[in-house]
Amino acid sequence: MPETPGGTPVRFRGGGFAPGGLRWVGAVVFVVLTALIELGTWQGWISPLTLPRPTAVAETFRDLHETGQLYAHLGPSLMRLAVGAALGVAAGTSVGILIGLFSLIRAGLVPLVAALFPIPKIALLPLFVIWFGIDEGSKYALIALGTFTPTVVATYGAVDNVDRTLIRMGQSFGLPWLSIVRKIVLPGAMPGILSGLRISLAIAIILLVAAEMLGAEKGIGAYILEAGALYDLERLFAGVVMLSVLGVLVSITIGWIERRLLRWRV
Amino acid sequence: MDIRLDSISHAYGRTRVLDEITLDIPSGRIVCLVGPSGCGKSTLLRMAGGLEQPTRGQVLQIGAPAPGCLNPLTYIFQDFALLPWRTVQGNVSLVLEDQALPAARRRAIIADVLERTRLTDFAHALPKQLSGGMKQRVAIARALAVNPAVMLMDEPLSALDAQTRELLIDDLIALWTRTPFTALYVTHNLGEAVRLGHSIAVLSRRPGRVRHVVQIERPLAGRRHGDPELDQIQNQLWDMMRDEARQADTELAEI
Repeated sequence: MPETPGGTPVRFRGGGFAPGGLRWVGAVVFVVLTALIELGTWQGWISPLTLPRPTAVAETFRDLHETGQLYAHLGPSLMRLAVGAALGVAAGTSVGILIGLFSLIRAGLVPLVAALFPIPKIALLPLFVIWFGIDEGSKYALIALGTFTPTVVATYGAVDNVDRTLIRMGQSFGLPWLSIVRKIVLPGAMPGILSGLRISLAIAIILLVAAEMLGAEKGIGAYILEAGALYDLERLFAGVVMLSVLGVLVSITIGWIERRLLRWRV
Repeated sequence: MDIRLDSISHAYGRTRVLDEITLDIPSGRIVCLVGPSGCGKSTLLRMAGGLEQPTRGQVLQIGAPAPGCLNPLTYIFQDFALLPWRTVQGNVSLVLEDQALPAARRRAIIADVLERTRLTDFAHALPKQLSGGMKQRVAIARALAVNPAVMLMDEPLSALDAQTRELLIDDLIALWTRTPFTALYVTHNLGEAVRLGHSIAVLSRRPGRVRHVVQIERPLAGRRHGDPELDQIQNQLWDMMRDEARQADTELAEI
């Protein structure tokens, strides 16, 4: 290195490793990709058998909207997702908190949850059809069970991670047990519970489609199955887009809840 | 109300940590507990407030706490133990919400303790917005809110930098001068001990025993940083502890 009279400036080497918020990039990637496919299908270097034209998919959406088919399929799907996920998440959070708080329940239920977790829940659909009927009941049960296990695991992990010194503090001020749980344990576990919720809801969407493919007349899953059977790529893609939008909406909602509830986080 | 530690011994498995500790904390006085690291002083403090049970011996409350005392034995923790999701005011309110108090009385207590700790302007701030010194003042305000008979302070200034510590020592002295409180104050900082202690109990290394109890008669308000008499006492304390501290430092942790 050359000797300069004023000394050499120290080279900066502390950059990187800090991914930050460049939210518009996601939208740009999406637009560019769509534009490329449009261009390719229009010019012919992507054959219409490989991928449908994005404008054709948009056209299909307009038809679906005008005939009311869009809502006939979306309505039941959203209902199943909402009811099933609400049941599963509510039960999962409660059981997770109980596992986090009581030794006996922990000893009894953790192995059971571990045994339930790896079962592909879709394999149990026939069982649920027998138990809860061919209609909505079996679909609710399937989605509920599918969201239940990841929620339990995330919740009791989150309860375990609550700062013990805060709990000791609550005890040292003579707070009743219920207050400690309500005011210290639950808010302390909230970050972990919410990140578990992201995973649970993604699983719920996957199970929703699977259940609808196996036995439903209406719903996004049934619609995709029907389009797929006819090799109608435009309609197939319209269905897939619905699912993607649903996933993004769920993710945005949870992000919004996180920002509201976890404003206190450093 | 006085507190008496009555021949307390404690062991974790086969490791004896405390051995026959007897110590009185008389009403209205601050008793400092110093000792080399790992001598069990924090364990002793947890026992004093009923957060841990000694293997042998007991902690006695002598006399009844003053009327209006909501939580006789109240801790102040080294790491503040503030709920990060509650504001300054919410953190103080937490310890009052389960008491049978009229809402107006609760608000009055919160306003009073925030005023005493000079936090009134920060009532709606979240802990993440506060400096370390302010966080500990919130914890002190929370402790004052329950009007404790005895404050159990576990290295309350150890997580703070030297300047903040100096300011908080002044705050504590001002609080004590305004309304004398009883405290058992655990620290490894001898400078804090000679500034705040009416008496200072020196523990030996593990298993902890009370080696000496030093009384300092000078009123708290008259003690200053760098006072020659206090420095001399501090040096005496350090002479008592130095060898113990050196040996304690070379011991392997067995807990």
